Amino acid sequence: MNEKQTAKPAIVAEPLLPAAEEAVALLKSMQLIRAFEEQVRRLFAGGLVPGLVHLCAGQEAVATGVCAVLRRSDWIASNHRGHGHCLAKGMPVDRMMAEIMGRRSGIGMGRSGSLHLFDAANGNLGTNGIVGGGIPLATGAALSAKRAGRGDVAVCFFGDGALNQGLLFEVMNMAAVWRLPVLFVCENNGYGEFTAIDDVTAGGPPTGRGAVFDIPSEAVDGMDVLAVREATLRAVARGRRGDGPSFLVCTTYRYGGHHVGDRQDYKDAEEARAWRAKDPILRLAARLQGAGVAGADRIAAWQAEAEAIVAAAAEAAKAASEPAAEDLARAVYA
Amino acid sequence: MTVTTYAAALIDALRLSMEEDPRVAIVGSAVLGLGPQRGLMDPIREAFADRIFDPPTAEAALVSLGVGAAMAGARPFIDVGTASFVYVGWSPLINEAAVAHYMSGGQLRVPVVYHMLHGLRGGGAAQHSGSPQGMLWNAPGLEIVMPSCPADAKGLLRTAIRSDNPTIFIDHAKLLGAEGPVPDGDYAIAFGQADIKRPGRDVTIVATSFSVTTALAAAELLAADGIEAEVVDPRTLVPLDHATILDSVGRTGRLVVVDEGHLSCGVASEIAAIVAEEGFDRLRAPIVRVTRSDVPTPFSKPLEDAITPSADKICAAVRRVLGR
Repeated sequence: MNEKQTAKPAIVAEPLLPAAEEAVALLKSMQLIRAFEEQVRRLFAGGLVPGLVHLCAGQEAVATGVCAVLRRSDWIASNHRGHGHCLAKGMPVDRMMAEIMGRRSGIGMGRSGSLHLFDAANGNLGTNGIVGGGIPLATGAALSAKRAGRGDVAVCFFGDGALNQGLLFEVMNMAAVWRLPVLFVCENNGYGEFTAIDDVTAGGPPTGRGAVFDIPSEAVDGMDVLAVREATLRAVARGRRGDGPSFLVCTTYRYGGHHVGDRQDYKDAEEARAWRAKDPILRLAARLQGAGVAGADRIAAWQAEAEAIVAAAAEAAKAASEPAAEDLARAVYA
Repeated sequence: MTVTTYAAALIDALRLSMEEDPRVAIVGSAVLGLGPQRGLMDPIREAFADRIFDPPTAEAALVSLGVGAAMAGARPFIDVGTASFVYVGWSPLINEAAVAHYMSGGQLRVPVVYHMLHGLRGGGAAQHSGSPQGMLWNAPGLEIVMPSCPADAKGLLRTAIRSDNPTIFIDHAKLLGAEGPVPDGDYAIAFGQADIKRPGRDVTIVATSFSVTTALAAAELLAADGIEAEVVDPRTLVPLDHATILDSVGRTGRLVVVDEGHLSCGVASEIAAIVAEEGFDRLRAPIVRVTRSDVPTPFSKPLEDAITPSADKICAAVRRVLGR
């Protein structure tokens, strides 16, 4: 990834480790996301996932760090690389896995797949197959939340590819004019589909795109879950107290390709190695060990636990039935 | 019954809906277009100032904002303005609003109303005369309402705002000033119930929106020649009342369909296809469609007149199906 659009996180002190229980929850959340994605990758290779699937391994710190600050009644809208957001906002693992495999027991009754995972009970307005499609949904949810007056906020997650969708600017403008409690979270992983951000994106760091609307905009180390969490705490507090939108640009990296099966000829091997050295899970694990919160054995046990959860979900989904034709016309209309 | 304008009936329904449900909010500032009726909105703007949002001109954002707000519990009434502008918001309408309930397995609801003014209105040319009903009908998940008179506008809007589905409420720019009797008090008209605006034994004319007015004028002209036309107004395209249309064709044996959209793949085409499939044995003559011609809508008055479904064109179509 070229340097131009790579927003430079401000030089700040290392984020503080939260209380032990919360810090462990952050680690477990990221471990679950990583395990889930690896499980989906294996299922896809085995021909058990129809369509295309887009994994977020490497980007766990953003989903986990943001959603750790949210409450259940807050809203999120995600994107095509959204498994992490769904899990971090509480989507049941078994129903999510079943949906990705197109099963009747899936959270969308097998109609949505990986690209359109909705979870109304947890305030999740869906992963989205349209680049930038979720951004205005979250903004609309923020309008609703502002009207409801309970202090809820809405978050949209989008990649650097969506930075060049015009709707982003239309709704950033509206959010700023109406002071809507929406948090725009850009996960800049360096590539929009198969194209490096700098090849298709003019201008300086993406934070400038929020700044033109006077939206507080912050560059964040997206490989550090604690940094993401701290920035989100500031942004969500602004939203809850009626001070309007915020924009976070989290610099991160997509370990895999655009979709499973992408050969990634456009990536440089050294670049990938350098980013893996900043792995968000290893980084938090090291801090927990350094602070004496947990030793290597417990961390490994949690990882095994996460792998067991997703393996069980996969086995259950394999055994589940596919939707039947008589369900075809159900729920076209409410 | 009180005689009132279409615009006043519409505003009455909006006011009742906002009084009934605090979740109803209006986004858009020109519900009644730019015509002389627009002042009727003022009392609503004053009474519900905190629930009315004047948006920037950004239709794609407006349409998708409505989806998100509705998913999150609001009941937004989104004024798109001239129906041609809804094309700017096509992706959120087709890719989000129409499909979210289905794709979520029924978890999420999208109770949003999109209001727009369609149709040929004099000099609107190709970017201000849009009649998107046919294209919208091609997107399962949307409800489509097209009132033709003040009484229906009021009753159908009450139902539209209460609906849990994304609902397209299409008024005709030329109907806003039309007058008609409106029942006193509050009432709602259920979707999927066509209305026979004029009974007749010789031919069925199914017409939508302002075309109902034109069809009724044609029926008067035909009556002078002893031809009794039955004018059927579906009122909602989705859901569509097949039974009333098929029953009428069963009585008359002949069908003319009138809609202001373009001919190809349009509303008239779909209704003709439904009757051909479900009621072929009731037909004694081929079906004829009267629609906007398949050319981009021209600005000049004589050219616009040439593509407009007129009473004369409807009369000619009726004579054709009657063979006289």
